[in-house]
Amino acid sequence: MPNTDQLLELNHITQRYGETTVVQEMSLSLQRGEIGCLLGPSGCGKTSVLRGIAGFETVQEGTITLSGQQIAGRGQHLAAEKRRIGMVFQDYALFPHLSAAENIAFGLQGKSRHEKKQRVTEMLALIDMPQCGELYPHELSGGQQQRIALARALAPRPSLLLMDEPFSNLDVTLRERLCLDVRDILKQEQATAILVTHDQQEAFMVADVIGVMNEGRIQQWDSAYNLYHRPKNRFVANFVGEGVFLPGKVVDSERVEIELGIIDGEFDAPCCADCGVDVLLRPDDVLHDDNSPLQAVVKAKAFRGAQILYTLELPTGSEILSLVPSHHNHPIGEPIGIRLDTDHVITFRI
Amino acid sequence: MSKGESGVKLWTARLFSQGWRLSALAISLVVLTPVVVILWSLFSPDLAVWQHLKTHLLWELSSNTFWLVLGTASGTLVLGVALAWLTAVCEFPGRKIFSWALMLPLAVPAYVTAFVMVGILDFTGPLQSWMRASGIEWQPPEIRSLGGVILVMVLAFYPYVYLIARNAFATQGKRALEAAQSLGYSPQAGFFRVALPMARPWIIGGVMLVIMETLADFGTVSVFNYDTFTTGIYKAWFDMYSLQAASQLASILVIFVFIIVLLEQQARARMRYTTVGKTAGKQVRIQLKGWSRLAAVALASGVMLLAFIIPMTQLLIWVSDVGMDDLDSRYFEFLWHSLLLAAMAALLVVSASVILAVANRYYSDLGTRIMVRVATLGYALPGPVLAVGAFIPIAWFDNQLRDGLHTLFGYDGGLLLQGTMVTLLAALCIRFMAVGFSAVDGNLQRITRSIDESAHSLGSSGLVLLRRVHLPILRGGIFTAMTLVFVDVMKEMPITLMTRPFGWDTLAVRVFEMTAEGEWERAALPSVAIVLAGLIPIILMNRHAQH
Amino acid sequence: MKCKQWLVLIAAVVAMWVSYSALASDEVVVYSARNEQLIKPLFDAYTKETGVEVKFVTGKAGSLMQRLKAEGENTPADLLITVDAGNLWQAANMGLLQTVLSEKLNQSIPEYLRDPENRWFGLSVRARTIVYNTDKLSDSDLSSYEDLAEPKWRGKLCLRTSKKVYNQSLVAMMIAEHGKPQTESIVKGWVANLATKPFSSDTKMMQAIAAGQCDVGIGNTYYFGRLEDKDPTIPLKLFWPNQQGSGVHVNISGGGVTQHAGNVKGAIALLEWLASEQAQNLFSDSNHEYPANAAVKPSAQVAAWGAFKANPLNVAKAGELQVEAVKLMDRAGYK
Repeated sequence: MPNTDQLLELNHITQRYGETTVVQEMSLSLQRGEIGCLLGPSGCGKTSVLRGIAGFETVQEGTITLSGQQIAGRGQHLAAEKRRIGMVFQDYALFPHLSAAENIAFGLQGKSRHEKKQRVTEMLALIDMPQCGELYPHELSGGQQQRIALARALAPRPSLLLMDEPFSNLDVTLRERLCLDVRDILKQEQATAILVTHDQQEAFMVADVIGVMNEGRIQQWDSAYNLYHRPKNRFVANFVGEGVFLPGKVVDSERVEIELGIIDGEFDAPCCADCGVDVLLRPDDVLHDDNSPLQAVVKAKAFRGAQILYTLELPTGSEILSLVPSHHNHPIGEPIGIRLDTDHVITFRI
Repeated sequence: MSKGESGVKLWTARLFSQGWRLSALAISLVVLTPVVVILWSLFSPDLAVWQHLKTHLLWELSSNTFWLVLGTASGTLVLGVALAWLTAVCEFPGRKIFSWALMLPLAVPAYVTAFVMVGILDFTGPLQSWMRASGIEWQPPEIRSLGGVILVMVLAFYPYVYLIARNAFATQGKRALEAAQSLGYSPQAGFFRVALPMARPWIIGGVMLVIMETLADFGTVSVFNYDTFTTGIYKAWFDMYSLQAASQLASILVIFVFIIVLLEQQARARMRYTTVGKTAGKQVRIQLKGWSRLAAVALASGVMLLAFIIPMTQLLIWVSDVGMDDLDSRYFEFLWHSLLLAAMAALLVVSASVILAVANRYYSDLGTRIMVRVATLGYALPGPVLAVGAFIPIAWFDNQLRDGLHTLFGYDGGLLLQGTMVTLLAALCIRFMAVGFSAVDGNLQRITRSIDESAHSLGSSGLVLLRRVHLPILRGGIFTAMTLVFVDVMKEMPITLMTRPFGWDTLAVRVFEMTAEGEWERAALPSVAIVLAGLIPIILMNRHAQH
Repeated sequence: MKCKQWLVLIAAVVAMWVSYSALASDEVVVYSARNEQLIKPLFDAYTKETGVEVKFVTGKAGSLMQRLKAEGENTPADLLITVDAGNLWQAANMGLLQTVLSEKLNQSIPEYLRDPENRWFGLSVRARTIVYNTDKLSDSDLSSYEDLAEPKWRGKLCLRTSKKVYNQSLVAMMIAEHGKPQTESIVKGWVANLATKPFSSDTKMMQAIAAGQCDVGIGNTYYFGRLEDKDPTIPLKLFWPNQQGSGVHVNISGGGVTQHAGNVKGAIALLEWLASEQAQNLFSDSNHEYPANAAVKPSAQVAAWGAFKANPLNVAKAGELQVEAVKLMDRAGYK
């Protein structure tokens, strides 16, 4: 039964360039008002998917459905200009010969002059640049251009908004602030959007649901929290957040034994008792405890302001990571006490 | 560094940075001289001749010239832009070949295309003769008419617009067009609303060149016996022996051109058209299907046929009929002279253009801008008028120099400057400065300020900046400029004829000698030589541009 | 890289300077509006016979004259050779030519073919006469230049452009003979009878007549000669008009010694040689013209066109009235 709240559905999409397959059998669905994200390293195919949805590239197999209507796949390809899908490009692509206001109004063809003016004023207010309408792109800063680009894409009220690494050209502090601003704007407009990025922080700050991609496939389509705490496979576990794998043995459905001791908690055991697994340990799972009998030697440390990320070596030689409040400043080579504090146990079959 | 040292360094740096402006000033003064000489005639008008011109000819000349310029400008605009769009952005059968082939008509002088077309399509030509012999009653429209001149000029001059527009479309990035698509514009609508406006400054530059060429043309309109301002100038000068009246007409022309140029500059003032988006990434072309594909192929082939293939074929036929008798050792001398002259002029013009373009970029005050614009005015003057305008001051200077040397050293020889290449080169450079500058400047504008600034911060400035950063990026523009000037000088005739040294003839001079006597068939061989010599740099330029 | 190229360029320029600045004193320098292929054989023959080098530059008459004017006293030119009496008159009028007193020249060249003040001398003669299509007309249909203005020729006349000096001279001579008002109505009549727009060259015009676009036209005899060479069967023939009246309009190519010539003796010698019997044949035959020297016979081909009475009015009149002629043609609408 068709879900009226489902806006976008990708069904086993495959995209190829000549001999190379860049997107393999990818499926996802996005609800109205949701902000999705495709996260992955460069070359994983995320931009191709985006461009496939937008209509700039073709889909060889599978279907793309938007608001219940098929727009691509099975020999059909609806032209990009007919899809009512807005796009924000990595380099903003503002029209240099038009002012900011004219850029924003560009997608409003068919509307009366009055309506255009109104919508432009609305958008300028939304992006908090009410005085900048008459300026030309070369007179605006990077962050301002990006916001104009967003306003331009949103002005015609598209059913879907796509954003291709929109923050990559900005500096870090600006980026953080803009991520939050953009999320606010999108929510205010009740827009449905997909963001493509390689930066986890952006993904976490902006998106409701994130798809981690690798080699043309979605590894996991889930909330940020779940990706972090319940990664479905090794790639996601490695890509999202930091962590190390330690070999372990399943004791029962609630306990796993590793060299640091027995961990108990919820987990999906990949096998029954006595089988070998790899256990994921995140830096926040390993706490600093001066009173603990367990000792590990500091091999490296990275100062992060509020915390220090220590790389520690266990007596067995394996390395683990630990995130510790930064006033515990231990030099390299010093042994420190550690203790496990896990809630979710994440295991993978060997 | 001591205070003294740093002071000197500062002073030399300042002098050096002013050096650009001074050089630009020097160049524009050199160019300005013939213009001033011509305009000076306004102060000593020949009233009798002027009265006659005003009463009987001025209106007709103006209206003729107006329609001719309008027709040629519109024709080259539409044709050049359409072809540029098709080859830069779309995909259709044969696109790769057409992409460079459509440049080839540049090598054919307009006056050659003119006499070939008239020769083929006129009453006495093969087409109509065949039609009469076959009993076909219908007579095709008269080629020796306004329509005919416009047709020939459009076929001869569209490459200027084509080349510049193609570059603009190719380098501006697909991003802007995709953005337009995402906002609901089809590729065709996107072309008109985005690609075209963005490329406007360059396209306007190209059309301006065409307008100037049209205004200054004498050879083509003579073949058609079509009266324009330029033929009026000739008449006043040679037939009525009134250089003053001729200069008066010429000065009207110059003023008119200057106004147009100023207006164009105003329009460009505010907008900076640095590239939108990165040009890296796959060049995904618009695939043409169905009737649009057919139309594209038909248009491109039609233009190739009319502008190049048919004229060349006719020339070759004439050569085989008549021409090889003329081929003797003098021929290679003509060829060598043509090549040498073209190369030297190209070098000079491009060096001057780079200086002008750099000055224009660094010092965007009104004074510099005017200087630069003035420097490109020589283009609007008809060849012979410019030749005289250049000749008179040099002759005067030469006479003074000789007299001075005579007084000081008892020098008794002949003139020093005249009869040498100096006058010829000076006049040619003045004439073609606009061509070189337009190509170099267009390229320079594409370089964003941030590139300049990042280079500055890395310690490069001045000449070093030019050499290490600008020149490599400018290479494309410089190459284009050299090619265009080279080909133009190879084709140039009136100035060469008037100011060349003794016995120093070029291929174009040869063509003149033949056509002056109405011996068009015998003009075919040197014409073919001009075209062939011009083809090589054009093809090279295209190869270079592809990278 | 750029620096090196600059140095090479400067070196080249200096080299050219040096080579061209040095002129041998024995040479004669000629500015010629007559084409290279027509005069070079002559100069070569002169050099062969006398050993004197001839250096020459070709160009359009008007440009050469402007150049002479601008060069003033320091001009290297000794001799000016140009086409059309109008140009010669103009050159003399501008003070570019000097008076030459030469018995030889005065004897060789008839009076009406040289300047009354001995500043220029005709060297060859061409007639501007009527050309007609033999398939459509015969001799009896034609009479005079003026007759071609009659309404019976409507749509049957072809002319060359008024911008060409040959037509200007023709009209100038007509003004001398008939006065301005009458000449103007004659020219207006011609314009009304045009079958098509005026042609840019005599050759094209004659070809149009042969092809039938029109029946009759006015052109120079040597162009006819060239067409006859190419195709002896061409349906064209020359007609000598005004035989009962003033005669056929003739014009000359000729030359004069420049006002500031460095080598006056050499220039006069060359001029005399060009007017002499040996050179005259070479001069005129190469271009199907009539020799100016009355003692010399024209080539067989040219002679075959028949004898005619030429207009004895001094050709200088053509120059005197040229500006008037141009203005008249503008007024009459003859393009």
